[in-house]
Amino acid sequence: MNWITNYVRPRINSIFSRRETPDNLWTKCESCGTMLFHRELSDNLNVCTNCNHHMAITPRERFHALFDGGIFTEVAVPQPVADPLHFRDQKKYPDRLRTAQKDTGETEAMLVASGEIGRTPIIAAGQDFSFMGGSMGMYVGNAIIAAAEEAVKLHRPLILFSAAGGARMQEGILSLMQMPRTTVAVQMLKEAGLPYIVVLTHPTTGGVTASYAMLGDVHIAEPNALICFAGPRVIEQTIREKLPEGFQRAEYLLDHGMLDRVTPRTEMRDELITITRMMMGLPPAVKGELPAPELDAQDGAAPGGNEEPKT
Amino acid sequence: MTQYLDFEKPLAEIEGKAEELRAIARASEEEMDVSQEAEALDKKASALLADLYKSLTPWRKCQVARHPDRPHCKDYISALFTEYTPLAGDRNFADDHAVMGGLARFEDRPVVVIGHEKGDDTKSRIERNFGMARPEGYRKAIRLMDLADRFGLPVIALVDTPGAYPGKGAEERGQSEAIARSTEKCLQLRVPMVSLIIGEGGSGGAVAFATANRVAMLEHSIYSVISPEGCASILWKDSEKMREAAEALRLTAQDLQKLGVIDRIVPEPLGGAHRNRTATLDAARDAIGKLLDELVDQPPEDLMANRRRKFLDMGRGGLAA
Repeated sequence: MNWITNYVRPRINSIFSRRETPDNLWTKCESCGTMLFHRELSDNLNVCTNCNHHMAITPRERFHALFDGGIFTEVAVPQPVADPLHFRDQKKYPDRLRTAQKDTGETEAMLVASGEIGRTPIIAAGQDFSFMGGSMGMYVGNAIIAAAEEAVKLHRPLILFSAAGGARMQEGILSLMQMPRTTVAVQMLKEAGLPYIVVLTHPTTGGVTASYAMLGDVHIAEPNALICFAGPRVIEQTIREKLPEGFQRAEYLLDHGMLDRVTPRTEMRDELITITRMMMGLPPAVKGELPAPELDAQDGAAPGGNEEPKT
Repeated sequence: MTQYLDFEKPLAEIEGKAEELRAIARASEEEMDVSQEAEALDKKASALLADLYKSLTPWRKCQVARHPDRPHCKDYISALFTEYTPLAGDRNFADDHAVMGGLARFEDRPVVVIGHEKGDDTKSRIERNFGMARPEGYRKAIRLMDLADRFGLPVIALVDTPGAYPGKGAEERGQSEAIARSTEKCLQLRVPMVSLIIGEGGSGGAVAFATANRVAMLEHSIYSVISPEGCASILWKDSEKMREAAEALRLTAQDLQKLGVIDRIVPEPLGGAHRNRTATLDAARDAIGKLLDELVDQPPEDLMANRRRKFLDMGRGGLAA
């Protein structure tokens, strides 16, 4: 009996059970085809219990599992000008945005949070692939800048989970300008002497890889994640030959010196705690059961981070 | 012999006729006076040229920006700089011929110049990989920028690339990392940096050279997150919709100035840079000189801080900026 089983787990379960509707109690693994019970799957962080295939996970779900007791505070992100180019393809950009907001329940493709992991204060930023392919536009740029500023202000490391198809075409050149903008954010951290750890998840491609995702102090990837600048299809069309199995996957990048580690999602939290504590010069994390933290010490954070974001 | 673009076909006909007329007159035994007719045709042609270029659509600008006869990086280097001393290699793997660079003097002032070179005939195009750099190209640029920084030399970058090369080896050797580090290096410089987009500013491959204190574009050059063809095939599911995509992407110098992404437009001669190279190169020299003059007196720390501030503030106002 401890505070996690008494207090946190029911909370987490209630959050997940609220989301589940009776008709999707089972998920079929895209890789091995095993039918997985939703609770079992979410307990295992959306990793197939049969074949270890890593399925997509939203930043909110990830943060619930990452932060101590699932407790975090959202960091406010300044809203950019909506539809800066008045972009219209077959659909209007604001319509695409609204659809994505309705489908995901999120405002945009990145969530920034502050909290503790293994009693280590951190700032985390998570990119949401389910929101327009996680694409990097003004909002994502603002989110990374806000995350870096918060990290510098509170003197905490930044852990960023990347997942994106690349730049958001509907913001044209302004999406491209997020490459230098986010690079400035990374420089703020480096100059403040704070660790910047990038966890590259499936998929991380295009302008995202070619800016903040490849500028970390430590690069960790989830198994089999696609990580590249140009996608495999574009390359096959250019060089007119079939690419080898596993090309541009996490293990391939590890072999080619672009990553420090490939770590399963279920072991990621412990690894991040170990690494950040060493980089911040803190003593080793206490293993085993911990007494419940005092909620007051958490900047008034509420469980689940559903409280109004701090400004 | 001018290479005509598809929308210049009527112009090609008129200019062809005038040429033909003169050829007949030259070939005929008797004295033939065709000057009046030929001049009338010339006049008609230049009126048509002015009309065509008065308001180019974004897609036509893409075509002009990619015109094979457009002056390329090496033309600018030989016209605008003296004592150009190319420096090669990334000290790591190879020398990428898609990227040129080295020490040179611009109006007597020693600088470091870098740029993408597309090549101008089949042989040189292949050697230059059509201006599509590999990681070693970006790493060479990083090395040269670093050199500039240590010796207090301004950096002048000439941007002209369809994009970074999407190849197997390029990916294996860390194309993304090389581009990210090049952008990072631009932002770390404590010396003035001026970038001029002379043709195509293709996505991340361009940003890596264009994260500068001042960014200028030639009047008919383009700068975009993705090619119109690529955008059309993703969003319209039809690469033939490149005209619509070019329109929507706002990739022209004029739109980018409105968005506050670039600082200056360098005028091109009537009919595009390729119709009068000397005038183009003169205008480029003038613009680079003026932009550099704005920066040379700034203290090193300010140059870096202002460059960062410029990019942090970018896009805050959208099209209303």
